[in-house]
Amino acid sequence: MKFVAVTSCPTGIAHSEMAAEALEVAAREAGHEIDVEVQGAAGSPPLDAATIRDADAVIFAVDATVRDIERFAHLPKVEIRTREAIDRAPAIVERAVAAAERGASESGAQGAAAATPAAGTGDDEDVFASVTGDAKGRAEEVRRWLMTGVSYMIPFVVAGGILTAAAFAITDAVEVTEITVFTEEEGLFLPGDLDVSTIAWIGAVLLSIGGVAFSMMVPVLAGFIAYAMADRPGIAPGLVGGLLADEIGAGFIGGLIAGLLAGAIVNALKRIPVSGTLKRMMPVLIYPLIGTLAIGALMVLVIGEPVATANQALESWLTGLTGANQILLGLLIGAMMAFDMGGPVNKVAYAFGILSLDAGNFAVMAAVMAAGMTPPLGLALATVVRRRLFTEPEHRAGQAAWLMGASFITEGAIPFAAADPLRVIPSLMVGSAVTGALSLGFGATLQAPHGGIWVIGVIGSPLLYLLAIVIGTVVTAACVIGLKSLRRSGQRAEPVAA
Amino acid sequence: MTTISDLITPALVTTDLAATDTRTAIDELAQLFEADGRVTDRTAYVETVWAREQETGGTGMESGIAIPHGKSGAVARPGLAFGRSRHGLDFGAEDGTPADLIFLIAATEGDDDLHVRVLSRIARRLIHESFRMALREADSPASVVEIIEQEVEL
Repeated sequence: MKFVAVTSCPTGIAHSEMAAEALEVAAREAGHEIDVEVQGAAGSPPLDAATIRDADAVIFAVDATVRDIERFAHLPKVEIRTREAIDRAPAIVERAVAAAERGASESGAQGAAAATPAAGTGDDEDVFASVTGDAKGRAEEVRRWLMTGVSYMIPFVVAGGILTAAAFAITDAVEVTEITVFTEEEGLFLPGDLDVSTIAWIGAVLLSIGGVAFSMMVPVLAGFIAYAMADRPGIAPGLVGGLLADEIGAGFIGGLIAGLLAGAIVNALKRIPVSGTLKRMMPVLIYPLIGTLAIGALMVLVIGEPVATANQALESWLTGLTGANQILLGLLIGAMMAFDMGGPVNKVAYAFGILSLDAGNFAVMAAVMAAGMTPPLGLALATVVRRRLFTEPEHRAGQAAWLMGASFITEGAIPFAAADPLRVIPSLMVGSAVTGALSLGFGATLQAPHGGIWVIGVIGSPLLYLLAIVIGTVVTAACVIGLKSLRRSGQRAEPVAA
Repeated sequence: MTTISDLITPALVTTDLAATDTRTAIDELAQLFEADGRVTDRTAYVETVWAREQETGGTGMESGIAIPHGKSGAVARPGLAFGRSRHGLDFGAEDGTPADLIFLIAATEGDDDLHVRVLSRIARRLIHESFRMALREADSPASVVEIIEQEVEL
């Protein structure tokens, strides 16, 4: 087997080196290959991305934090203190073999007891760890890249989502979006200047901060997907690709694609054989410049146009459906709202709702909002009902998703969708379609373009409306749990097309 | 260029530590540094090393080695002192094995130069049983230094 290891101690002189030597000797004697990165004063150069990719497991023999630990996120791991590696390296190597075979992570526990493989699918095994066993699979590698991007994105979603929800909650959800607190030309406006209440003004400030946090979401997702693929050189092209995805209206799915492409581009650049001065210039000049240019050109020149064309086609098609079967319309709008959560398809459905609002049809807007609320709500419910199916970052995102869902901030579902698009997005679409159809079927109406639960006062048939949302939430959660459990039981046989 | 001979000399070796407790043993080896002009403020240096021992639960290993070390402003020149103990000293090895081979490292503040590599190299060799055996059997400070020099080819 091939292992990688990181050893590290606070002074980085003695123990990290001894642990490294001990692991190297023990692994070689047991007939395995190992590459060790010593992090510390003397240190060794960082391990190659390719070496890490091809490893079967990672051993952390550390008394200090591991630098850039994300690099190893896809590997089964054994985590111990340096001294354990020094004293019992052969046993540690055996544990690494067991971890690699089992494909599960183990950590911490000292002494001989820890050498016993954890039984089956115990509670210590989260879903992310349980799938890392087939890390060889291309699909699992993609999933790891997506997870890395998602884990960096979540703080932005949480901050943006809660600030936005707070703005809607403390004041009139419609009024607050129409207050401009700051312009470049005229600077800050105070409540007196704008003739609005202080509380509405505070809401507007929260909203503008939350909006900026939200606008970072797709770029950060793309940037750190590329980072997971190509290390640091991936970040700049990925971030720029993500910003452009937003720019051309391609939403978070565009961001996913931008991140994956940017990572692939930088990895391709890395394979160009160069030497001497040029080699030194690659990371400082070539990767960022050519990588960013290439991803930018792809987004603007190649991907932008079809996205715009598809948007227009969807829009005219949807407009043509006005007056058609209400239930069918509800299903369709619902599914569209959940498809890309703030992306182009979602925007078409939302714009259709606004258009209908202007035309005096208040039922469509109600369906749009309900369908936009169930994705985060359904996922939040799923994380509570089946904790084990979700990773730790997802649990945190799930807590914030309650508030976001209730506030019609569909983006709260994006972390889940980005991490596992092929299972999560269809589930969200089913739940939202059900909710959209029910809302229209119940004849609920809404005269505000946003606000979620906070505009309940202007909803016609509020109780039935809430019922539609609750049903959609439960359907969403059930579908997510169903699809995710499917993978769990049949995980080895079932490759994820990606 | 730092070589192993710059770091350890027979003057920094004792094959029979008098101390019967850990802290005194560290002080005893630190005296060798002080006498050699490598450590200017012994009390401060020993305090640094001791604090680190306390913090990490000890640098003792099951193979009977301990590598107490300290990076301190009290160190004028980096060095490596070696002491062998008949008594065995408690450096907090996981299984309680007393340490009989004690390497005390003195590193200068902010120094991550070649001597760090030298010390790292020694640390790496200590994993090997043959090295430890030779150190246990060496009959004089000069032969200890010779063994270390041989083992740590630079």
